[in-house]
Amino acid sequence: MRALQRFYLVEVLSGVALTAAHFFRNMGRHAAHALGKKDARGAVTIQYPDERRPYSPRLRTLHRLVRREDGSPRCVACMMCETVCPAHCIYIVAAEHPNPEIEKVPARFDIDVGKCVFCGYCVEACPEDAIRMDTGILEFSSYTRGGMIYTKEALLALEPAGPDGHPRSPIPIPADRTP
Amino acid sequence: MPKLTINGREVEVPAGTNLIEAARALGVEVPHYCYHPGLSIAGQCRLCMVDIEKTPRPTIACNTLAADGMVVLTETERVKETRRSIMEFHLINHPLDCPVCDQAGECWLQIYYMRHGLYDPRMTDEKVHKPKAVPLGPHVILDAERCILCSRCVRFCDEVTGTGELGIFHRGDQSEIGLFPGQELANKYSANVVDICPVGALTERDFRFAVRVWYLDVTKSVCPGCARGCNVEVHVNRRRPHHNEGRRVARLKPRFNADVNKWWICDAGRYGFKAVDDKTRLREPFRREAGTVTDASWDEAIAAVAGALERYAPDEVGVLASPRMANEDLFALRRVLERRGIRRVAFRVPPAVDGDQDEILIRADKNPNARGAELLGLDGDAAALLAAARARQVKCLWIFDHDLLASAWPEALVLGALGAVETLVWVGANANATSERAHWVLPAAAWVEREGTYTNFEGRVQRLRQAVEPLGQALPEWEILGRVLEALGAGARPPRAERWFRELAAATPAFAGLSYQAIGDGGQMVRA
Ligand code: SF4
Ligand code: SF4
Ligand code: SF4
Ligand code: SF4
Repeated sequence: MRALQRFYLVEVLSGVALTAAHFFRNMGRHAAHALGKKDARGAVTIQYPDERRPYSPRLRTLHRLVRREDGSPRCVACMMCETVCPAHCIYIVAAEHPNPEIEKVPARFDIDVGKCVFCGYCVEACPEDAIRMDTGILEFSSYTRGGMIYTKEALLALEPAGPDGHPRSPIPIPADRTP
Repeated sequence: MPKLTINGREVEVPAGTNLIEAARALGVEVPHYCYHPGLSIAGQCRLCMVDIEKTPRPTIACNTLAADGMVVLTETERVKETRRSIMEFHLINHPLDCPVCDQAGECWLQIYYMRHGLYDPRMTDEKVHKPKAVPLGPHVILDAERCILCSRCVRFCDEVTGTGELGIFHRGDQSEIGLFPGQELANKYSANVVDICPVGALTERDFRFAVRVWYLDVTKSVCPGCARGCNVEVHVNRRRPHHNEGRRVARLKPRFNADVNKWWICDAGRYGFKAVDDKTRLREPFRREAGTVTDASWDEAIAAVAGALERYAPDEVGVLASPRMANEDLFALRRVLERRGIRRVAFRVPPAVDGDQDEILIRADKNPNARGAELLGLDGDAAALLAAARARQVKCLWIFDHDLLASAWPEALVLGALGAVETLVWVGANANATSERAHWVLPAAAWVEREGTYTNFEGRVQRLRQAVEPLGQALPEWEILGRVLEALGAGARPPRAERWFRELAAATPAFAGLSYQAIGDGGQMVRA
């Protein structure tokens, strides 16, 4: 075998044979499937981003801030997530809430997704279930570092992912800003 | 002196010591809420139960005096079970809003629950609701639901300040802390109730939601607010600069010193740190010529000051030191004066309004180090110095920290003097109306940004320690003066405040034998 592998042509031909075998096998299966033989399944390409693989329900995706019924954040700016975050990428500034039963709200709640390591500790730490990582949004990119910072307003606008784990909110385009 | 045994170890304590303090002498902590060594004994929280041999039931340690031959056990199963039950009782109506409570992280309810409680709640009834977020006065805000009715705050206002604003009203589970009608918690020591409140029922309005306490770093220091020199802790936030609008010093807390301030500080001192992160802080040395300001480097500024000191005859130079400067600064200044033979020096500028004074802590002299300046021989006639400047006998005036335009001196006289001098040098941390008129302005580090010592009115020398880096290019005065000395050809300057103090102690009889080590945390008296 080792001696044969040294010949260029032999290896090329075996590669071509392998590819061709897959090609014809899949062509036959797709043809059979199209002709009504439903249990014949050929290899498929997922047409991302129009089509997606199913996501695990436990997948950690872009954060969102959970809303109260009146649309205000459930977050009480306790700083648990900010404290536990190993990447130090959560920035909260607390403010007084007019209702003394709530008392404290975040005036500012920024997550620098560019630094986030998607550990999910913030979700675990939250005593109010106010932050979740269930939006299904995986596509966030920006031409600048400042563009990776998601504000309170952006995070509050997000919806949880659908039952298939796919996002239901449009991907927020964050404003370019500095922490 | 009674000798007793606590958890199998013998200890001898002075007669009249209660069991909490006797245990503390052995390093054994007896959990408690209502007992405070500075207040009378209430026996209200019932948490400090201990087992005493030949006593049928657990007994409260705060109200039991140590007796000869007593055998005390603080960690028996029965004691632990008692603590658990009592805490369960305290928490029946407690809202458990730790996430929004400023006390979280330094709350004795949290600490003892984690250490001794750890039970599951058994109450199914709706909790009793009480007023939340009620301001009691200028500094203190009350959450009556979180109160465990230990009555420490009531006893403080009755026994320490004697003002008696607070009381416990209603009965049973409706009991709540409140103000007597028409009263406001506005005495000069009001914020101390926040420190002694073991839970988050009383919190500071100034610190409200500013920074979480676990982000704070603590440095031992001395309050610069008056001649008493109360011992304080400086709490600074360096870890989360986006909190508290970027202010680094978050709060001051009293630090126990039996000989100075016990457990307390006054409100004026507690909130006197605002200047540190203020907009008026000076960051770079600069010169002002015909009204235009140009930034300068330290080298230029030092050369200019040293040049002025050499250019003018010693009699044409006047120095107005400040009783807010530390001993090290004043000693370095004395060195500069000695080197040039300058005689016109003073430090007492009369304040525009006389300071208030009381029997508890507050002193009329609002300067932390007037005694130190006296002992270092800088006490001259400031009014005469000003008159000499007006008469153009003094051509170079060097002012530290003072704002002469905010003093009791008439404005016209001050402006006349400041306008008459050829060179006006001003050194200090915060710009003021006097620095606005100076030809050279040198930024000094604030008291939390540097090392040093103050001598209080009784002659106790106490250390301040650096809690944060100086802003911008600011330097401690001893360093500025050391550089001036070097520029005057005096040889290498001491590199640290401690070395300056060593030289000071060697050169000044009143400070003989003192060192930073000897001063320690509690301070040391100067020789009378
Ligand atoms: S997922 Fe982890 S790294 Fe990201 S914000 Fe939450 S705690 Fe921080
Ligand atoms: S842990 Fe939850 S409630 Fe606390 S600040 Fe974070 S999101 Fe808000
Ligand atoms: S007082 Fe203590 S236990 Fe109660 S809410 Fe505040 S931190 Fe939590
Ligand atoms: S407010 Fe605080 S100090 Fe006052 S009784 Fe209640 S728990 Fe005690």
